[in-house]
Amino acid sequence: MSFLVFSEDRELAFQLLGKARELADKMSSEVAALATGSDPQEYVCQGADRVYTLSGLDRFNVEPYGTAVVEAVKAAKPSTVFIGATKRGKELAPWVASSLGVGCMNECSGVELKDGKIVVERLTYGGSNVAEETSTSIPTVISFPPRCFEKLESVERSGKVVELEMNLPEPRVKVVERREKPKSKADLESASIIVSAGRGFKAKEDLRLLEEIAEIIGAQIGCTRPISADLGWMDQWVGISGKKVKPSLYVACGVSGTIQHVAGIRDSQIIVSINSDEGAGIHGISDYSIVGDVYEVLPALTKALSERA
Amino acid sequence: MRQIVLLKDIPELTEIKLDSQTRAPIVEGVKRKISEVDKRALEAAIRLKEKVGGEVVALSMGDNKTKTALLEALAMGADAVYIVNEPEFRGVDTNATSKVLEAAVRNVGDYDLIIAGEMTLDSLSSQIGPRLAHLLDLPPITYVKELDVADGKVRAIRDLEDVDEVVEAALPAVVSVVREINEPRIPNLMSIMRAKKKPQTVWGAGDIGLDASEVKSQSYVQIMSVSAPKMERKQIKIEAETVEKAATKLVEALMQEGVL
Repeated sequence: MSFLVFSEDRELAFQLLGKARELADKMSSEVAALATGSDPQEYVCQGADRVYTLSGLDRFNVEPYGTAVVEAVKAAKPSTVFIGATKRGKELAPWVASSLGVGCMNECSGVELKDGKIVVERLTYGGSNVAEETSTSIPTVISFPPRCFEKLESVERSGKVVELEMNLPEPRVKVVERREKPKSKADLESASIIVSAGRGFKAKEDLRLLEEIAEIIGAQIGCTRPISADLGWMDQWVGISGKKVKPSLYVACGVSGTIQHVAGIRDSQIIVSINSDEGAGIHGISDYSIVGDVYEVLPALTKALSERA
Repeated sequence: MRQIVLLKDIPELTEIKLDSQTRAPIVEGVKRKISEVDKRALEAAIRLKEKVGGEVVALSMGDNKTKTALLEALAMGADAVYIVNEPEFRGVDTNATSKVLEAAVRNVGDYDLIIAGEMTLDSLSSQIGPRLAHLLDLPPITYVKELDVADGKVRAIRDLEDVDEVVEAALPAVVSVVREINEPRIPNLMSIMRAKKKPQTVWGAGDIGLDASEVKSQSYVQIMSVSAPKMERKQIKIEAETVEKAATKLVEALMQEGVL
């Protein structure tokens, strides 16, 4: 059993290398990586025994990149391919799996060895359930989003760098324009406290109530999907289709608690819910709840926080 | 222009109960409807049809209940529905599913555009679009939030983490859309009545030239278990005579927890 790791995001590639190295050591097997960028030797330092390079991997496009990964699979003959599940990676993984005619488990949250088999965990049913899955194909393609695993400490190790020679196909999907998205001020995925707005807020200006609290306790501000995607009050949301967060404290304000939102906050240490609807689903999955209107509770909370000992 | 939209009918997620012992979801008997993102794929196709004309056919792999669930697609504006209903295909993985859909697409005949949802909300696999594009040797265009067709080309805006990518590809192509692309229409009573008269064709494996056991042998991913993780939460309700007192109690509790 051996591994091939690829992500167009180098940090994510190193995180996957860390996990692949750990699993490979348990089975005394090998780890290979397809590198992007300069300094392929760094992949060795991060845990790879063999690093493939291929010229022409510049801007991501699924057809040339997928062809490159398939070429690396032919060279390395891994039993498992780890792909970084960025949005691009989630598109790449099934494309590569289809090229190889093999099984793919996309956007997994964990992996372990059970009786010599690679077993992954994935969210299913809208994020309300966790499935344990395994695959009998060789290889099998598995993708993981950022921050599932930690990268290893970079150390001098022995490993080979091998250059693959291949002409990558011209992408048939032409990018005619790239519109950079404004860099979000909030880094929700690494925030230790998040205060979050749901439909209980009537107007964008009212988010000020959250901003005041965020200022006092050093929190980042998040929201539910409708607040961002439908109303456009913020540029990113928390939930299964948005950011999955794991703060020590998550304060859900005027949030109803849909399956998709709850799936994104599951790993929070403490969840607080503030919602005027006593029957709101969010109260059922929180540690502390206040049944009340955000317009009354939040000013009171601001005061209590600023007066705290 | 002829468009094929891929639809999947899935259990209503909010109505899924858990087995009290195993915490496994009970999906049997739960009402099914077209997956939300798939519905937006259909809406996108209907809007293109309204602009450039042609036909929209819906294609689904399902079972005996799928016909009823897909009436909604016909009511929204699809012209015809094709359903692969083959008992041998129940529970096959995405590798096998994409091969079934490939065969079904070829059986539907000529097309200019295939549209799917970026993921179905039950399995969240995000695989069918890119896999089908590969099998049909067509350009894959994923995460589409704006879609247009002109001069034999599809033009789309892709919603990625760091950029919105404006892309173009020659038709035919396989597009998968995100939820933000549109708000699907709600069919009126007249359209619902008319839907029942539109053609629904059901195919078994043989009808689309497939050997069911061969397809099954290419299904590799096995689901070993499914269960709802227990959210071990304290569920403490903070009550007090006034909101001020409740807020103070909450702050005290959070300080005790060490999270403030």
